[in-house]
Amino acid sequence: MSEIKLLTGNEAVVHGALAAGCRCYFGYPITPQNAIPELMSQLLPAAGGQFVQAESEVASANMLLGAAATGTRAMTSSSSPGISLKQEAISYMAASHLPGVIVNMNRGGPGLGDIGSSQGDYFQSTRGGGHGDYRTLVLAPASCQEAYDMMIQAFDLAFKYRNPVLVLGDAIVAQMKEPVKMWKPEPVSSDEAAEWRLEGAAGRESRVIMSLYLAEGALAQQNRNLVAKYEAMRAEVGAETYETADADLIVVAYGSIGRIAKSSVRRLREQGHKVGLVRPLTLYPYPDKMLENLAAQGKKFITIEHNTGQMVEDVRLAVRRYTDSSFFGYMPGNMPASEDFMEPILKALE
Amino acid sequence: MSVHQNEELVFSAPKLMADKPTHYCPGCHHGTAHRLVAEVLEEMNLPEETICIGSIGCSVFIYNYMGLDAVEAPHGRAPAVATGVKRSRPDRIVFTYQGDGDLASIGLAEIMHAANRGERITIIFVNNTVYGMTGGQMAPTTLIGQKTTTTPGGRTLESEGAPMKMAEIIATLGGCAYSTRVALDTVPNIRKAKKAIRHAFEVQRKELGLSFVEILATCPTNWRMDAVTANKRLTEEMIPAFPLGVFVDAVAEAKEGA
Repeated sequence: MSEIKLLTGNEAVVHGALAAGCRCYFGYPITPQNAIPELMSQLLPAAGGQFVQAESEVASANMLLGAAATGTRAMTSSSSPGISLKQEAISYMAASHLPGVIVNMNRGGPGLGDIGSSQGDYFQSTRGGGHGDYRTLVLAPASCQEAYDMMIQAFDLAFKYRNPVLVLGDAIVAQMKEPVKMWKPEPVSSDEAAEWRLEGAAGRESRVIMSLYLAEGALAQQNRNLVAKYEAMRAEVGAETYETADADLIVVAYGSIGRIAKSSVRRLREQGHKVGLVRPLTLYPYPDKMLENLAAQGKKFITIEHNTGQMVEDVRLAVRRYTDSSFFGYMPGNMPASEDFMEPILKALE
Repeated sequence: MSVHQNEELVFSAPKLMADKPTHYCPGCHHGTAHRLVAEVLEEMNLPEETICIGSIGCSVFIYNYMGLDAVEAPHGRAPAVATGVKRSRPDRIVFTYQGDGDLASIGLAEIMHAANRGERITIIFVNNTVYGMTGGQMAPTTLIGQKTTTTPGGRTLESEGAPMKMAEIIATLGGCAYSTRVALDTVPNIRKAKKAIRHAFEVQRKELGLSFVEILATCPTNWRMDAVTANKRLTEEMIPAFPLGVFVDAVAEAKEGA
């Protein structure tokens, strides 16, 4: 029997990470994710792990790189401005084929922005984020339960692909409180990273984890290898669908906004409107084939985001052979309610 | 190198060092510093339990020359990467090998805080007063009056500030158990440098805190000098500006206290 506890999204992240076998956490304070390092500092050392409050976001992400190099399940967390600072290490980790989990509780930007919810980091999250040609897997929870579940999924995916995984929540997911079923996955095998981790070259050739490729053709091959990995990651694509079968119009929205949009769709259904919802659970890889198939059936699309229009570009790419997507952007600064989306959806249905 | 019958081998390269030429310029001291680290690790029987953190600069290829498990850190971040390695594997020996631009400029926050936390790691800090790999720009340790590609008229106190004395600075931080400065200009100094490196790894093995060895070294190419003149400059200009010595030593203090 799994215990059910009332948790905030931030707390669910911590408990999910511990259930996933996270052994090291490296963090730095920033609102709205402070409960993550605070709770980690209580629970992780007690569970035999290591908690470090780093001197900066730059350092915390590089500590993650170091722990990853020893094949250890480790993570860091932050919110938007801090995630910008972590991009250096994330790029090196992607290039070095190192696994790790990074949680971003997206707040308003650009710059210092505000501490409320926003989806302004979609581009940064799904296009690599730092320098160079790389991608991270991106999971987008809409509830505290999903925050818990996706932490377990994130660690598994990070080690399956030896790649950084980003869990992209927002201030709403971080701060709201819901019952969470605290299930326990199978314990992690101690051999998980035995083939590549650094532990001292005893009885074998030494191993080097690096990202510098100066030899003729070496970097080209490295980039081709990365692309092949990203192609393989497409198997992990996931999305929630709601009332799409007979819908004339599909609402595409992710994370907390996807959840609010679902309420809008439900209320419009009650009024007799044929609308449905696709909520991507993975933002990279993106559920483009699913959207393309729906577009092929002649459906219309509206993308709703908590920004000025980012994911809508992925929706348009997915449906481009058949149709376009309209867009409604709810500006950061306030939290939307389901009513806020109903008029734009009805307009798109016309 | 083979040893013939009736010949006694009295001196050989450490097995840990790859038997191949380095990419370092003639007269550069990186090769000597690498070798001292390799000798110490071998003599202490540590290679099989050691993880090396490489950094950005000429020494980025250290992993090509030493048969150690190694990870490459972004510029300046080696102490943070080492923190992650050591915290996840506290049973391993962990060291960084960093230059002056890497450690004293872009990586200043990382080294200061790793030292202050007393991470059980060893820092090999090679100070040659210049950015080597990028072609000889001013470093935080560039001497007053020294001409570099970004201080064509020579470094001035008024505009660029004074050279940073890292071994002294690190020694002031609570978690630093050993901080010293050595030089590679003479055979006696090279022998002292090796003793310091050995002491640094012993401090780590005793889990006393962070150990820091600043090594004064040459960069003939970017100093625009031949190897002999560069060595002379180290003796006559660098050592007066960066005094050799031990600035903190928890082992010696414990002995005095006993």
